[in-house]
Amino acid sequence: MIIAIASGKGGAGKTTVSASLAAVMSPPAIAVDLDVEEPNLHLFLEPEITGQEPAYMDVPKVDETGCTYCRACADICQFKAISVLGEVILTFPEMCHGCGACMAVCPENVISYDRRTLGDILWGRADETEFLMGRLRVGEAMSPPLMRQVKARLRERLAETGADALIDAPPGVSCPAVNAVMDADVIVLVTEPTPFGCYDLALAHEAFRNIGKPMGVVINRAGLGEDAIYAQCREAGLPILAEIPYDRAIAEAYSQGRIISETSDYFKEVFTDLAENIKKLAVADVAREEISHA
Amino acid sequence: MEKIAITSEGPTLDDAVDPRFGRTAGFVVIDPETMTFEYKNNGAAQTMPKGAGIQAAETVVAAGARALLTGYVGPKAFQALSAAGVTIIQNIENMTVREAVDQYKSGQIDVATAPNSRGHGR
Repeated sequence: MIIAIASGKGGAGKTTVSASLAAVMSPPAIAVDLDVEEPNLHLFLEPEITGQEPAYMDVPKVDETGCTYCRACADICQFKAISVLGEVILTFPEMCHGCGACMAVCPENVISYDRRTLGDILWGRADETEFLMGRLRVGEAMSPPLMRQVKARLRERLAETGADALIDAPPGVSCPAVNAVMDADVIVLVTEPTPFGCYDLALAHEAFRNIGKPMGVVINRAGLGEDAIYAQCREAGLPILAEIPYDRAIAEAYSQGRIISETSDYFKEVFTDLAENIKKLAVADVAREEISHA
Repeated sequence: MEKIAITSEGPTLDDAVDPRFGRTAGFVVIDPETMTFEYKNNGAAQTMPKGAGIQAAETVVAAGARALLTGYVGPKAFQALSAAGVTIIQNIENMTVREAVDQYKSGQIDVATAPNSRGHGR
């Protein structure tokens, strides 16, 4: 089972929840930080990094000797990564999204691959939990291509170990967030009972519902104020999987890089129950699928 | 005389120079000798999330202009225009297109050797 921990709102508590869940999940399990723009799960899990490799993306390189300046490449590129100006052809590798369309349409086959460094993929182990993360190169603007490569390695590991995976997703509801949750079996949306939490939860629900995966909510900082979030979840048909109380002890532990579920028996139970509820949600969904297909 | 392009807020010689290059409203492409001109809308570049400067450079080159008069040019557009051999004249603003053309004809202009805008894309 792949569980994605996501949220529309940044700072809602995705990493807090991910780290605590990883600590209570029964092995074999793999924790994956897919927030490649600013990965921070490792600060809590403190894994021993045992391997690392750079990730690249193919970008076009033109051999101008055979180019007829027909503009096929420039016309198909949606990002101006390749441009034909009269009898000059220019590439802007940093604009390239790596789709390969220019190479596919070139009638003269004069476009070959060059590569741009996207960042690094790192892996290791934190106690019994396997660990995997992507780290985007500073200055790189596109995270999904790197995320896809981290996910490819995750699939290899899952095929080999049969582990459950926990994905710490990037915030928001744009391409990186969708990329992080689209392969999950269950999506857990972390939110908080504030107007921001309500608003961004609605966005996340709207963005992710079309993926067709079971979704549930973790209400972080419960008791902070806005009860509207409960009605909102009820109306949206989003089950509340856990509530994490608004508690200074959590903020203190977080600031020291500690895993919340390891700070007290009470918090351990909160996250053990959450893991159980996530499993139930996934199983219920499988059952519902089977009924609807019967 | 070779044609020149001026970023313009509108289609006539009495419209104001648009200081933006990539996201300019359009280009007045003119033969400074005969003063015959045409207007090229820059709508294609204006709607692009990124790469507007490169798109606008393509428009200038396709229009046959050999020099560009505008306010600010970013690094990618500068590279594209330079590669195509277009002479770039920056810091033209707060005047009409006609005044810009007159200034060009009088020779009181500096040809740019480097972009004067940081650019907006990455």
